[in-house]
Amino acid sequence: MPKLAGAQILWECLVREGVDTVFGYPGGAILPSYDAMLQYPIHHVLVRHEQGASHMADGYARASGRVGVCVGTSGPAATNMVTGLATAMMDSIPVVAITGQVGTKVIGSDAFQETDVTGVTLPVTKHNYLVTHVEDLAETIREAFYIARHGRPGPVLIDIPKDVQLAQTEFEYPTHPIHLPNERLLEKYVPQEYFARAAEMIAAAERPVILAGHGILLSGAMDEVMEFAEKTNTPIALTLLGIGGFPAEHPLCLGMMGMHGGVYVNEAIQNADLLLAMGMRFDDRVTGTLKTYSPHSKKIHFEIDPTEINKNVKVDLPLLGDLKESLTKLNPLVRAKRHDAWWEHLRRAMQADPIRDVLDWESPDGLMSEHVVHDIWTATQGDAIVVTDVGQHQMWEVQYYLHNKPHTLITSGGLGTMGFALPAAIGAKFAQPDKEVWVIAGDGGFQMTMAELATIVQEKIKINVAILNNGYLGMVRQWQEFFYDARYCATPIFSPDFAKVADAYGIPGYVVENRDDVMPILDEVRASPGPAVIEFRVKMEDAVYPMVPAGASLHEMIKREKVPQSV
Amino acid sequence: MKHTLVALVQDKPGVLNRVASLFRRRAFNIESLTVGHTDQPHVSRMTIVIDSDNTSAQLVEANLAKLVNVIDIQDVTQQETISRDLALIKVRVDAAGRAEIAQLAEIFRAKIVDVANDSVVVEATGDEDKIDGLVELLRPKGILEMVRTGRIAMVRGNQARKNTNGHYNGNGNGNGHVARDVGVSSV
Ligand SMILES: Cc1ncc(C[n+]2csc(CCOP(=O)(O)OP(=O)(O)O)c2C)c(N)n1
Ligand SMILES: [Mg+2]
Repeated sequence: MPKLAGAQILWECLVREGVDTVFGYPGGAILPSYDAMLQYPIHHVLVRHEQGASHMADGYARASGRVGVCVGTSGPAATNMVTGLATAMMDSIPVVAITGQVGTKVIGSDAFQETDVTGVTLPVTKHNYLVTHVEDLAETIREAFYIARHGRPGPVLIDIPKDVQLAQTEFEYPTHPIHLPNERLLEKYVPQEYFARAAEMIAAAERPVILAGHGILLSGAMDEVMEFAEKTNTPIALTLLGIGGFPAEHPLCLGMMGMHGGVYVNEAIQNADLLLAMGMRFDDRVTGTLKTYSPHSKKIHFEIDPTEINKNVKVDLPLLGDLKESLTKLNPLVRAKRHDAWWEHLRRAMQADPIRDVLDWESPDGLMSEHVVHDIWTATQGDAIVVTDVGQHQMWEVQYYLHNKPHTLITSGGLGTMGFALPAAIGAKFAQPDKEVWVIAGDGGFQMTMAELATIVQEKIKINVAILNNGYLGMVRQWQEFFYDARYCATPIFSPDFAKVADAYGIPGYVVENRDDVMPILDEVRASPGPAVIEFRVKMEDAVYPMVPAGASLHEMIKREKVPQSV
Repeated sequence: MKHTLVALVQDKPGVLNRVASLFRRRAFNIESLTVGHTDQPHVSRMTIVIDSDNTSAQLVEANLAKLVNVIDIQDVTQQETISRDLALIKVRVDAAGRAEIAQLAEIFRAKIVDVANDSVVVEATGDEDKIDGLVELLRPKGILEMVRTGRIAMVRGNQARKNTNGHYNGNGNGNGHVARDVGVSSV
């Protein structure tokens, strides 16, 4: 049997997991692994900040469904990755992070660049490992990938001390099946009668609503959800991360629920007599206050993670397990329904409060973010992968860019991580090189990670960046406007001339101030083979409507005061 | 209501930290947690007591089951269990009062395990109510110091809460534990 160093074993295992691209940054404690990398068919994307590496691995995973990998050295590199790991953890994204660690002999001695990385990342990873013996390395890496993608996915970190990377051992790739200590505890057993009971509840319902979450995409249950919805003619409300799991333009699709969801979507949920929660976790952003949440409904919860059952909302029937499997069992048991009266009511409500309320508005005071997003949607025919940052522009993206296909919206939901968009888009582009990839970011968030523009250039990839510059940390400004008497503390934000910044990186930069210029620039940018940065100078004090104030009931929404007239 | 959970976990560095970190992160309120060896090498046993009035036993159990290093977890509250708490209680007492303490200890089948000029140490074992009773009687005498282990528990009879070969084999044999069901509330 050949002897290999830990550093080689690392890449042997990664290659066998199907990894061909990693996002990382070198340093002392990971040097042996970087040296060994040269012998393997691995493309290393050099980032500008390790936060970028973890977001890129995340974006790669979201766009491909495969595990994304990021690599960094000990100490500061690992701590830089924490935000990306926490982002992936909250959104159930399969990521494996590899970090170098100081030698096993000096662990615990505050050695140079030593951080207790497994300690720091414990609450923001699904699991993590400190590998102290090279003999354990291969098995650990296999387990890490298994855990990252198995069940409810999530990030896993492997901390490898430098001496373990250097130590040699006989290497044979393990092929035996993986058995985790807790695997038996995670087996899901759902009595057959639960499905029968679900079918009865569905048959009895007059005002059902499907609440579709990220689980649809993670489970790949798009067809099964479609079959169920069409057969039972049930309206579908989506969570932010559920977007793309069901076509936005399908007649059964209501659109997004929650804090900035449609008025009629939230009202439908509040008035429903049956909620079918599919792969969603009743996050506070979609429920409003729990005291008044959907008070008249029975609730069926399709969920892979038992810790989500009855966590926030008490449910009447939990159907544990993979959504695709559960619906495969349930669909044959349900009978066709029409729900004419319910639909009649919903259609009227939809017309009363359309979510795209300024669609036809000719803005008197400057370019509107809503229109820019709408034009990007039109130009790309809704077919691009759009990666958003966090803030008002993120919500406008959801309202004005209709996603009909899975995995075409990539956004940080659970953690709401500003600075996510640009690096996540780079990851997405590596996962889907043939897809058109757009970043839609705010002036604030873009400045958090814009150093990754250099990564785009070095990697020669094409990403189109739209910055919606409103001169504010807009979403926070909106809260100050609504809830703090418009005292704008620390929300006006200076930005550089983004076109010049782009130019400094060798990327064509554009500034757009008028609606008439939007389409021509979009066309130009899309036609060009290289990346581009467009700064849209948009209306400064626009707000995202409608809105459920934090802590209010889901149906108590703030609406736009002067609903603009169409012209 | 008090719930008793019994967990078997891998005896590895950091596992206790994972459990403690989980409780902290989820804001689970734990009444007591004991950890010790079992008859199996590399397997530790935890007894966890929670008050389900403020922390859902079902969520604690489900969260523990998600930790990779947890081999088994069961809420034994509804089962017939033997549960024990061990206490060492140092009581202020001079030579004249010793006999009375010894008498009290006797009633509770406790032992006096140390005698000094002005104090004795009483060792008591039993369920928590019994220890509580003894503590209440000793308190007026002047308790100088006390330590209690917290509850350990075991199900009566021949249902063994362990995996047979001491190393988790993934076959799910060993304790007749069926796959988990989170149950249905009112339908
Ligand atoms: C890392 C991070 N810090 C702070 C916040 C709080 N926050 C949420 S939205 C927002 C404003 C975003 O401003 P900008 O990027 O300009 O987008 P806009 O809302 O103006 O579209 C802030 C500060 C956050 N979500 N993430
Ligand atoms: Mg802004």
